[in-house]
Amino acid sequence: MSTAAVHTEEDHGHHHKETFVTKYIFSQDHKMISKQYLITGLFMGIIGIAMSLLFRLQLAWPEQPFGIFEVLLGKWAPDGVMDPNVYLALVTIHGTIMVFFVLTAGLSGTFSNLLIPLQIGARDMASGLLNMISFWLFFLSSVIMVLSLFVEAGPAAAGWTIYPPLSALPQAQPGSGTGMTLWLFSMAIFIASSLLGSLNYIVTVINLRTKGMSMTRLPLTIWAFFVTAIIGVVSFPVLLSAALLLIMDRSFGTSFFLSDIFIQGEVLHYQGGSPVLYEHLFWFLGHPEVYIVLLPALGITSEIIATNARKPIFGYRAMVASILAIAFLSTIVWGHHMFISGMNPFLGSVFTFTTLLIAIPSAVKAFNYITTLWKGNLQLNPAMLFSIGLVSTFITGGLTGIILGDSTLDINVHDTYFVVAHFHLVMGISALYGLFAGVYHWFPKMFGRMMNKNLGYVHFWVTAVCAYGVFFPMHFIGMAGLPRRYYTNTAFPYFDDLADINVLITVFALIAGAAQIVFLYNFIHSMFYGKETVQNPWRSNTLEWTAPVEHFHGNWEGEIPHVHRWAYDYSKPGHDEDFIPQHIPLKEGEEELQH
Amino acid sequence: MNIFLILSVLVLIAISIWQITKIFELSQAKKINTQVADDSDNNLNGKLMFAFLIFIYGITIFSFWSYGDVLLPNAASEHGSEYDNLMWISFAIIFFVQTITQALLHYFSYKYRGEKGKKALFYADNDKLEMIWTIIPVITLAGLILYGLYTWTDIMTVEENDEALVVELYAQQFNWKARYAGNDGVLGDANVRFLQDFDGRNLVGIDATDPNGFDDVVVQELHLPVGREVIFKMRSQDVLHSAYMPHFRAQMNCVPGMITEFAFTPNTTTEQMRLDPDVTAKVKKINKIRVEKSKELVASGDSALDPYEFDFLLLCNKICGASHYNMQMKIIVETEKEFEEWMSSQQTFAEVIQ
Repeated sequence: MSTAAVHTEEDHGHHHKETFVTKYIFSQDHKMISKQYLITGLFMGIIGIAMSLLFRLQLAWPEQPFGIFEVLLGKWAPDGVMDPNVYLALVTIHGTIMVFFVLTAGLSGTFSNLLIPLQIGARDMASGLLNMISFWLFFLSSVIMVLSLFVEAGPAAAGWTIYPPLSALPQAQPGSGTGMTLWLFSMAIFIASSLLGSLNYIVTVINLRTKGMSMTRLPLTIWAFFVTAIIGVVSFPVLLSAALLLIMDRSFGTSFFLSDIFIQGEVLHYQGGSPVLYEHLFWFLGHPEVYIVLLPALGITSEIIATNARKPIFGYRAMVASILAIAFLSTIVWGHHMFISGMNPFLGSVFTFTTLLIAIPSAVKAFNYITTLWKGNLQLNPAMLFSIGLVSTFITGGLTGIILGDSTLDINVHDTYFVVAHFHLVMGISALYGLFAGVYHWFPKMFGRMMNKNLGYVHFWVTAVCAYGVFFPMHFIGMAGLPRRYYTNTAFPYFDDLADINVLITVFALIAGAAQIVFLYNFIHSMFYGKETVQNPWRSNTLEWTAPVEHFHGNWEGEIPHVHRWAYDYSKPGHDEDFIPQHIPLKEGEEELQH
Repeated sequence: MNIFLILSVLVLIAISIWQITKIFELSQAKKINTQVADDSDNNLNGKLMFAFLIFIYGITIFSFWSYGDVLLPNAASEHGSEYDNLMWISFAIIFFVQTITQALLHYFSYKYRGEKGKKALFYADNDKLEMIWTIIPVITLAGLILYGLYTWTDIMTVEENDEALVVELYAQQFNWKARYAGNDGVLGDANVRFLQDFDGRNLVGIDATDPNGFDDVVVQELHLPVGREVIFKMRSQDVLHSAYMPHFRAQMNCVPGMITEFAFTPNTTTEQMRLDPDVTAKVKKINKIRVEKSKELVASGDSALDPYEFDFLLLCNKICGASHYNMQMKIIVETEKEFEEWMSSQQTFAEVIQ
């Protein structure tokens, strides 16, 4: 098994002698690793979504005992009524799992791994060993996170943002005890995994592109994954530092984030620290993180829309520029999560300015997607529907971001359901659609079979209706002043008139949850019994479809294809076919589009 | 039991959908199914895309029509109307953009749905167009930014002055206390170190060696005189909390180890607010719900719910532990006279620690 050595062009793709363990478990092949990320991500997603359905039940029918609570939560739901502490634990772990384990590792880990070598024309990632290690670190962090659910005092429960002092003091709540320690431990390992993965992606894209694959001929998926990896390398270490400092405050008596605290009848020794410092460190990652989640989904959307519209993506240069602009700006907007943290209001002004700037490249992308559809010949495969759906929810969610990014307006909607609605539309729906679109589109590449399209249609339409059904009304309860992370609203008669809306949201959420079963069934069933695919089922231009259906190390028998054109020659005039793959040389007299 | 039923129904629905599509497919046995969209798929889904646009508009209109009345009533503070203006203008802009972009997106998805034999237009870029739809957002956002920053500076600039009422909001797991500065207008120094002095009567940890603290008044119900600026100094005893007063368009985190600040001028008394038509409608609706609820409660042997009367609220808005959902303090805005009367009947710190 090759480790550090990278196959040169002269090497053929060849079959190593493989055992079950080296093929399926400790694989260094990027294609197998991508499947491992996907399956682990989907598994964690099932847990994350199940948790959201539990707390949605609690919110819709707050005084109603539920049998399922007793079954799943045991002592945390005496007589079937959910304990308030476990409500906080559920929202915390739901957020953590969905943002990190599903939408970061499950999205980037799967598609960066699958597509980077195949789309740039490389035999594998620069380091198969590091790649394998990064998956197994992710797997380990997932195991630890799941194990944290079973500790005596419950898992971490201070919100996915785990602000100290609440997260630093075990005496502040049960969910700041061992569960918090395990959460921090799991996240530290997760960050290590992410960094190793990102390094690999960056090095591979820079160094291992095949002949003719200049940066300006790269598909937008690669641009997205590449830039995402750079953002990750810049920002994840800061979260790691925040986590380490928090561990030190928790376990070694330091005062990085703590000062002047009286709790459970005693004055604590901590002096001089500030929770606001934690917030800065957390959000320095936290904001880029949401773009780490979103950019790959946007890259996937560009690819799928162009392929299925049989048209070049409109404005390739602008799309690349906007990815770069979003990446840069994402590192200087973090303070918009902290407008009312107590930090100097002047900072609030600065961050409002930078935050509203980031709306511009986002808008450009949305307009470009819409223009790509114009006068296309749209093949409405499930992947295409999810991609169009992504643009729709990205617009809706992104627009409410303009409200939240304005420091003044944030005063009254900060930490209300308005925020929850916003970030679920852009992350929970848009990015999730990106994941689904990617799975439907590249399933044949990953598993050599096609997913069932009718089930895909059912999955999309039910999910799409429910997505808006859940999150559109949620803006209203936020504007009504309802805070998030409230176990129940019944402590305030003032919020009694919001109960109906909560019920509606929960009903839509339950239906949406059920619709995902359709997807899971389709995914698993098609893996074994799906229609066997042809090499290029979507008639796409990118290089991954020039590799044979069957997987082997090295991706291509013989030489890696050379590239002669960009990835978007769809319906180019002067050609019979409505697509021209990247490795096809220019015809005599044909000109390449200049970028 | 209920939820098992609901879940089973949902699962059965999912299964029936699966089986139905399977049956449909088997009935198409003669057709070779590539699992790639064909003309009939494109036709159906294109039309559904247009229908989805109607759904999006529909749910928007439905939400405003059904839920418009849960939105907060008119602001009860002076800067509140500035806030609300900025909010409405921002909403107007984003709704305009939303309406047009969703229409184009879904209409194009319908109009250009694929058909065998059709050819797409090879249209890869248009710099002029890109420039237009970059510049227009830039100008719009620049306008919003400037307006927003002007309002922000206005709201957040707190100038110490003799007229203002200085009040400390003291947050702890899981209740609020308010401390008034008393006649000297100055809050006495305070720190959690002093909480255990005086057998726990020193509720917010005032430093008894600071004379400024002697006339401080600590209460658990916040009274504010209408028309007078109040400068809140916020403290927390233990973890992060947030003082959220939505009717005044006010919020600020309470941070242990730090004093944070927010100021506003209430311009509506509680009595006046109770007469506001939006508030009366909301209270009526809430009481109707409570009456329904009470019937159920009484039937099962519990006591009925008290009828609801509007009061301004201070809620905690930063996750702080088990009872985060029930950390509240009533706020009463009254005339200056009523306020003085109430204040004179409260104990000062000096009296408490005697």
